[in-house]
Amino acid sequence: MIIGLPHFLTVAAILFMIGVFGIFLNRKNVIIIMMSIELILLSVNINLVAFSHFLGDLVGQVFALLVLTVAAGEAAIGLAILVTYFRNRNTIAVDDINIMKG
Amino acid sequence: MSLLQSADALAALPEIVLALSAMALLMLGVFRKKGAADTVTSLSVLALLVAGLLVMVMNSGTTLQAAFAGAFLVDSFARVMKMLAIFGSAVAIVLSWQFMRRENLASFEYPVLILLATLGMMMMISANDLISLYMGLELQSLALYVVAAINRDNAKSSEAGLKYFVLGSLSSGMLLYGASLVYGFTGTTAFPLIKNVILSGGSSLGLIFGLVFVIAGLAFKVSAVPFHMWTPDVYEGAPTPVTAFFAAAPKLAAMALFTRVMVSAFPGITPQWQQILVFVAIASMALGAFAAIGQTNIKRLLAYSSIGHMGYALVGLAAGSVEGVRGVVIYMLIYVLTTLGVFACVLAMRRNGKYVENIADLAGLARTNRGLAFVFSMLMFSLAGIPVLAGFFAKLFVFLAAIKAGLLTLAIIGVIASVVSAFYYLRIVKIIYFDEPVAAFDAMDAEVKMVAYASGAFALLFAVFARPLTDLATVAALSLF
Repeated sequence: MIIGLPHFLTVAAILFMIGVFGIFLNRKNVIIIMMSIELILLSVNINLVAFSHFLGDLVGQVFALLVLTVAAGEAAIGLAILVTYFRNRNTIAVDDINIMKG
Repeated sequence: MSLLQSADALAALPEIVLALSAMALLMLGVFRKKGAADTVTSLSVLALLVAGLLVMVMNSGTTLQAAFAGAFLVDSFARVMKMLAIFGSAVAIVLSWQFMRRENLASFEYPVLILLATLGMMMMISANDLISLYMGLELQSLALYVVAAINRDNAKSSEAGLKYFVLGSLSSGMLLYGASLVYGFTGTTAFPLIKNVILSGGSSLGLIFGLVFVIAGLAFKVSAVPFHMWTPDVYEGAPTPVTAFFAAAPKLAAMALFTRVMVSAFPGITPQWQQILVFVAIASMALGAFAAIGQTNIKRLLAYSSIGHMGYALVGLAAGSVEGVRGVVIYMLIYVLTTLGVFACVLAMRRNGKYVENIADLAGLARTNRGLAFVFSMLMFSLAGIPVLAGFFAKLFVFLAAIKAGLLTLAIIGVIASVVSAFYYLRIVKIIYFDEPVAAFDAMDAEVKMVAYASGAFALLFAVFARPLTDLATVAALSLF
């Protein structure tokens, strides 16, 4: 079997869906949400690199590199905010993030 | 020099100045250690003013300038929006000064983060390529996540930051997934080239799919329904001057980006995105009108109000015409200038040295502070869209554009929504003027007073000097087509 563009796109789409469902279905831990976000960004990278290869165009790979750096920054900031949250509430369970609603 | 062509550097000079001053101020804050907050705050306002001046005078002769191989575009639209964004950020810093001191939050990181967020906004406004769009958007968002959680010892503020971060990254991810599909199915990331590919018949299902994801991501950034869930919580949880900042400049920048993406990259498939925008606009206007009715916290009420206002601005964008974009520019201009005034009024709600934010605290304000009561009610009338005040003209221009574009139903629903929303704006006026007074507020800070009164005067007298502003908006809108 020849692995073509549709295969890569399918893998990326599945990873993207796992990431989105990981955010919405998980009721336990915010760290899992961070991992899901990372998964979404990685699925985008697979998309970009696959398109870049099959189009014969380097822009996609440049884009993927930039996404990687931004993802690192995003994870750092997310964890920092999570630490301040934990200091205030002593929990990072998703169900407890509910001081404000309505 | 070969890498950074001088023409490119010249086009992005305001951004470069802002980036360098943000880094310099960060160093200053770190090395000065004690008492750096005041110096850094005043210098960051100065840096914003210099950047705004540069935006105004640079390249004002030429109508269009593309830099960095077309990824960065400086046209009249970008200039107008950038000046407004810079103005909004500068006013937000000025408003926060006394608040941060009183609440023991004064830190040099705060103004630096606002500078970086403003830099991100300017990049978003000038973005003419999917990559520069994403980089600008992330620079702005990452700074905003931290600013929302700036009150580290407060559970509400850190919860606001956490919610904003989680939902914001999800939306960035969706936007990015959409961008990757658009890139894959058109073979390019530059907006003009995407437009050409679509116009020459290159529209495909994959592209539309990508477009939907891009719209979802952008709708989150402007807090349009169904991606509005973060707005009330973040507005309520973040410190009030931070909320004032969130409500003004980032909304404007996101709306400018939304407009540019739709109009300059996807004009070939207008009917496809028009349907989505019509739905989003109707849902936002309706939610903004109904959900705000039961609120008791003024910041939460203003959050729903801003969701509604984004709906009205999207009505203009949904028209997809020059008039529509002109309406969006005018709408955002009036929205930013009146919102800053409203939040200045909210910052004046201080009793016995403590800031209060319940609507009930405003009771009988007319008898204890007539000036503030008058300005607050004028701004509420303006947000409600009562004729001859600024907000009326804002709505008039977008609705006219929608009717011209054949979206009569949308315009009618918009008018109905604005009538419904008038209920809660007028309720505040009623509480201010007719309820039994509670204790008076403390004396207003000079800068808060100035912003509130200037904004009230703008809302009241907009009709007098509307002409130059609408002409400016026309020039800005024409530069996109």
